[in-house]
Amino acid sequence: MSPRSLFDPAGFLTKQDADALTKRVLGMAKAEQTRVSVVGAMRGNTRYAVNQISSGGDNTNVMITIRSTFGTRSASTTTNKLDDASLKAAVEMSERLAKLAPEDPESMPELGAQTYDESPGWSAVTANLDPAGRAAAVRAVTEPSRAAKFAATGYIESDAQSHAIATNKGLFAYGRFTGASMTTTVRAPDGSSSGWAGASHTDWSHIDPEALGARAIEKARASMNPVAIEPGRYTVVLEPTAVGNLLQLLGFALNARAADEGRSFFTKQGGGNKIGLKVVDERVTITSDPLDPDAAALPFTPEGAPAKKTTWIENGVVRNLAYDRYWAQKQGKAATPLIGSLKMSGGTTSMEELIASTQRGILVTRFWYIRPVDPRTVLYTGLTRDGTFLIEDGKITKAVKNLRYNESPVFMLNNLDAMGPSVRVSASEDGSPGFAIVVPPIKAHDFNFTSLSDAV
Amino acid sequence: MAHSRREFLQLSSAAALGLAAYRVPPQYRIAAPTSPPLTDPTFKELAMRALDAAKSSGAEYADVRISQNRNQAIQAREHRVQSLSDSETFGFGVRVLVKGAWGFAASRDLSPNEMVRVAKQAVAQAVANRAALERPVVLAPVTPTANGTWRGPAEIDPFDVPIEEKVALLLDANAAALKVSGAKFVNSGMFFLREEKTLATSDGTYVVQTIFRSQPQMTVTAVAPDFSDFQSRQSNDIQPMGRGYEHVRDAKLVDNATRWATEAVQKLGAKSVDVGRYDLVLHPTHLWLTIHESIAHPTELDRAMGYEANYAGTSFVSPPEKMLGQLKYGPELMNIQGDRTQPGSLSACGWDDEGVVPETFLIIKKGIVNDYQTTREQAPWLDWWYKKQGKPTRSHGCSYSQSWEDIQFQRMPNVSLLPGEKEQSFEDIISATDRGIAIVGEGSFSIDQQRYNAQFGGQLFYEIKGGKIVGMLKDVAYQMRTPDFWNSMDMIGGKKSYQLGGAFNDGKGQPSQSNAVSHGCVPSRFRNINVINTGRKA
Repeated sequence: MSPRSLFDPAGFLTKQDADALTKRVLGMAKAEQTRVSVVGAMRGNTRYAVNQISSGGDNTNVMITIRSTFGTRSASTTTNKLDDASLKAAVEMSERLAKLAPEDPESMPELGAQTYDESPGWSAVTANLDPAGRAAAVRAVTEPSRAAKFAATGYIESDAQSHAIATNKGLFAYGRFTGASMTTTVRAPDGSSSGWAGASHTDWSHIDPEALGARAIEKARASMNPVAIEPGRYTVVLEPTAVGNLLQLLGFALNARAADEGRSFFTKQGGGNKIGLKVVDERVTITSDPLDPDAAALPFTPEGAPAKKTTWIENGVVRNLAYDRYWAQKQGKAATPLIGSLKMSGGTTSMEELIASTQRGILVTRFWYIRPVDPRTVLYTGLTRDGTFLIEDGKITKAVKNLRYNESPVFMLNNLDAMGPSVRVSASEDGSPGFAIVVPPIKAHDFNFTSLSDAV
Repeated sequence: MAHSRREFLQLSSAAALGLAAYRVPPQYRIAAPTSPPLTDPTFKELAMRALDAAKSSGAEYADVRISQNRNQAIQAREHRVQSLSDSETFGFGVRVLVKGAWGFAASRDLSPNEMVRVAKQAVAQAVANRAALERPVVLAPVTPTANGTWRGPAEIDPFDVPIEEKVALLLDANAAALKVSGAKFVNSGMFFLREEKTLATSDGTYVVQTIFRSQPQMTVTAVAPDFSDFQSRQSNDIQPMGRGYEHVRDAKLVDNATRWATEAVQKLGAKSVDVGRYDLVLHPTHLWLTIHESIAHPTELDRAMGYEANYAGTSFVSPPEKMLGQLKYGPELMNIQGDRTQPGSLSACGWDDEGVVPETFLIIKKGIVNDYQTTREQAPWLDWWYKKQGKPTRSHGCSYSQSWEDIQFQRMPNVSLLPGEKEQSFEDIISATDRGIAIVGEGSFSIDQQRYNAQFGGQLFYEIKGGKIVGMLKDVAYQMRTPDFWNSMDMIGGKKSYQLGGAFNDGKGQPSQSNAVSHGCVPSRFRNINVINTGRKA
């Protein structure tokens, strides 16, 4: 018996399955407007710790959300019970709650039929990755680690998901995607050094476990005997993962309404927002494109509106902020949804050249425990981790102790010196496939480190 | 970003944090409940079927959890309700041990055949996971509970309260906040969970538990007239609890909204802090999070042993043989307790997710590290220490999974700073302080992967001079090195000043799971702590 089947009825739904299921639910609905959203997923993971597999999991689920609207009163229910009686109960509950909800002055009508592009975010290799395949990938990291007398700990996750949305006004959207990620932290057995490497992609075959393990082992080797340096403003060379860790924070701030209301970095002093204003270095362009094979996302929003390529920042100037349908209508703008991917254009300077051109600076592998401090400047705090090095006279000379920063991606992108080519990274702290984030390595000056950490 | 695919799913499953046994409240009794309560014998039969399939396929140990969660979330901003949603999730997970390796599989389909298929899938995964096994898992003994039930202390089931009452309360509270001049925006909400779960283990435990969680919340934002500044006040003097709707009624949202709004406006005019070293007087609504990050996480035994190195991190309280009975974490007046019994606490339960009756134990005793948080897999790692103490090697009962979909593993119980012998209050400690800052409510937080270097903000900051509060500050965060910080603690409150704080979203593990946990504590003073100014100009 195969441990996972692509057509397992408990999990992933084909377009035909999803169409039949949403029609079944819409057929039970009595509200003036109804939207049915279905997420079917199969997920598998393997964890390993100190050179052996420590745990894992494979699961399947289907969640159905019914949103009911009478006039401008709306509510929703979600269930994962797919029998007729349960679905009927969920529809009736949603309609009952909607009738009890107050009138919503910001209510927007459900959408009718739309046309969508086909997202390239699906890989059969990822969908079929099984526990034995994951275990083989783990051994490609743990065996070299054991041979090198290090301890490897890490995680592999693969997801295959189907998303469908239907309304009683004729809308039907269906999309599927996969995500795979592998991350590893290799440590000296006495805890005196640590190195990390990770990768994430739609297609598991783009991830090379052996190379990833070798990179983490090399970082752990190079991280021995870190020295303390004085906190302060430094030139930094950030590996793409570290850039991804910070850049995605800017994504969370791209909200037009918060800016117009005066509670965002994108608020213009005196009122309004910063669309049309230059906010970062002119070499910076940031986009989201659900059809980009390296940064694919679902080609529709949770309401079923088509998601199209959007340029947020172009040559340093804010071109778009996200407008939901209500705020767009109120402000006389086009609705601009956020999209589940982010790409920053890169440059042509190689990682080696970024280092070679640095008189004195710090090389950062990744950041950790990144939390907001001040939304007025998109200021965040966090720490370096698993591979932090001093650059002197164009060369990496020694490992340094980890540092806490208080810094904003906005300031960082204003202090940009140079960039390399953009690549897909594993930018989520928890190692899940997460958003597709494609970013370059960068060199920037005056990065604000505020204290030293004894953590290895 | 609107939602990654993962968030999209998590919205469903995190919202489903709370879908418990669905007891239909009268006003919603519009269709027959579609599944019986989990106390129904059908579920025991299904669980036994999975256990039998696991054992006959080669598992030396197996457990099956069936859970039915219901949750409800209502969110309002200013004078409108933004969302009103009710969700449920129902399914089961099978965990097996095959020759010392774990396997886990889960499904939403509770049919007899699927119970067998998933049990076999878990065994097949465990077989794959045995590749290169070096240290087979050995479980500490447990006394099985053949038939147990436990129910959280909810006086009012939140799902029995009419939706109109909840909506009206939020809108009234929002209106009260907006009456305060300068308060421009208010977001408020309520979140409820009712989880019913069974646990059947191959060593003879069968228990059914019902857990409730409730959280009312509000954030008021004041914006400067010239758009040069904005400041928010979060309602975190009202903490999430393992209680029913009575927690919402006790929160007095309408009365408090006026105060929270007033404080948000005051923050606009507060003085930006001068950097330097200060004595900090930390209120329990703030200190619980510092305890969570700098004590509760580093004393998780899996972290100390390197098992969480890739995400949550390791621990400076390691290796255990050099820490237990030796590391001076803080002063003698510092006693830190682990428990899952405090009434209304988020971690309270009758049995953990592997059938252990949780113990109350001292993690730090008179300032010295005394124990770690453990599961059945982990307790044997400290066999030498328990023998030395003349104690049996047993799990403390810290196994937990956020849902049927995820494997259970070590999660913190309530980890609390016990009160001091002298009965003294937050105000008494302020009066005894010459130059310092009093901090109320948790704010920004970040700590390194070994839990040494942390930075915390807060909600309200008050400058103390000569034992008196002389004004409000803003842009305050303190940075600390954990052992130095706790060893600087020189005054703590008494029993009357003890309060529970907590969170629904304590993250750990891969995939990351949310644990709900409370931390009790008393107001405390810390000497000579480094304070930075977080305000920068764009």
